[in-house]
Amino acid sequence: MNAIYILWLRQIKRYLRSKTRIIGSLGQPILFLVALGYGLGPTFAKAGQGNYLEFIAPGVVSMSILTTAVFSGIEIVWDRQFGFLKETLVAPISRWQIMLGRTLGGATTAVFQGLIVLLLSMIFGFRIETFLLIPQMLFFMILIALLFTALGSAIASVIEDMQGFQLIMNFLVMPLFFLSGALFPLPKTGILRTIATFNPLSYGVDGLRGTITGVFNFGIAPDFLVLSIVTIFLISIGSYLFSKIQI
Amino acid sequence: MENIIVVKNLVKVFKKIKAVDKLSFVVKKGEIFAFLGPNGAGKTTTIKMLTTLLMPTSGKIKINGFDPTKDKHNIRKSIGIVFQDPSLDDELTAYENMEFHGILYNVPKELRKKRIEELLKYVELWDRKDSLVKTFSGGMKRRLEIARGLLHHPKIFFLDEPTLGLDPQTRNHIWSYIKELNKKENITIFFTTHYMDEAAQVADRIGIIDKGKIIQEGSLQDILKKTKKKNLEEAFLALTGHQIREEEAGPNQLFRLRHNFRSRH
Repeated sequence: MNAIYILWLRQIKRYLRSKTRIIGSLGQPILFLVALGYGLGPTFAKAGQGNYLEFIAPGVVSMSILTTAVFSGIEIVWDRQFGFLKETLVAPISRWQIMLGRTLGGATTAVFQGLIVLLLSMIFGFRIETFLLIPQMLFFMILIALLFTALGSAIASVIEDMQGFQLIMNFLVMPLFFLSGALFPLPKTGILRTIATFNPLSYGVDGLRGTITGVFNFGIAPDFLVLSIVTIFLISIGSYLFSKIQI
Repeated sequence: MENIIVVKNLVKVFKKIKAVDKLSFVVKKGEIFAFLGPNGAGKTTTIKMLTTLLMPTSGKIKINGFDPTKDKHNIRKSIGIVFQDPSLDDELTAYENMEFHGILYNVPKELRKKRIEELLKYVELWDRKDSLVKTFSGGMKRRLEIARGLLHHPKIFFLDEPTLGLDPQTRNHIWSYIKELNKKENITIFFTTHYMDEAAQVADRIGIIDKGKIIQEGSLQDILKKTKKKNLEEAFLALTGHQIREEEAGPNQLFRLRHNFRSRH
């Protein structure tokens, strides 16, 4: 238990100490809120879809959780390169404890980053009906964060250096975001719908947006089930891959 | 005296390159053992196998009675390690690095506090305990790593070139501490170094490894007698030759080495 706690605490401390990273990673969400929220807003309204800022705010919050989560998972690669990984690998604690501690830590920072973006979007004019929605919103934010931190950790357990970093950004994080219904309403049928069905982020965005608007794409139960099952699956896979790391 | 490290016919092959080739030796409990060899001889690979970081291709290892292929957990509890390259978290303070280690190794809170203070004072970092490690010099980082490796009072302390790049003052300081610890707590010390004078002064027994095999083993006197040389450096050069070696390659670098080799020929 203590081991999980200290691994969690380490992630939090590192996050809070990297102020430039916190602020730096707010650039993209702000850009999306301003450029798309304000830019596409009138078109979206004309198409009879309502307030676009209202629509993309949950999507942009999900995106910032997604990127923070994946990258805090991938920090294992940093640790490998800077040597700290060895310190955890030779410690007499089970590999799943290491994985769980790191995942919880990374997920906490991702949720925190999501909350900052949520606050920012409120400054830009986003509103939720009642603050009673917050616990359920937080619940979905935590699920998204856990899932993608676990995904990042699993990937980091198999890639050996930072060369793979850009690849992951362009071929994983961006597609996950763009093909999730974060930016546009998912069509009822067709190829895009099919792809989105296999994208776990779709369920996260849907859960978060549905909580706020009351209208779900997949339904609250499927959202919850898919997110939790995939998370458990990824944590197990990640622990297994992590236990196979040799230096 | 009982053997705390037993290595028998140990082999490690990286993609057809034999880094360790039928290596056999023993280290007795409470002994200071120097593991010497030129670059690329297989020292670090051997240490990684002894400390559960790398699985052997074949052969037998017993550390404190445990087999690293089966009982990693018990080995991890019995050893402390100072790696060749830094393994600290730069974004944490010296104290936080120590505390992290203490908690991972399950050292109870009061004892942990006491030992961290003792150790940091000993390596003269107590007044810098709240500074981030990234502000430390190379020597300070080394001292911190040594302090950290001792925090859980290991039975065997592995040090892979612990004094590399340190000034003579710090080197002396570190060795006098390690020797004291060896006497007082009966901790077995297993270390590698490129400073022959260091090995000659500190070690009870010396093993010289080259091309993955032990080529000479014994006390300083034994080795000097067998090689008919005046000092360890001469004996070492007589045994391993004067040729300059390629740097030791891990699994990552190996690919690059082979790649370079191919493009050159």
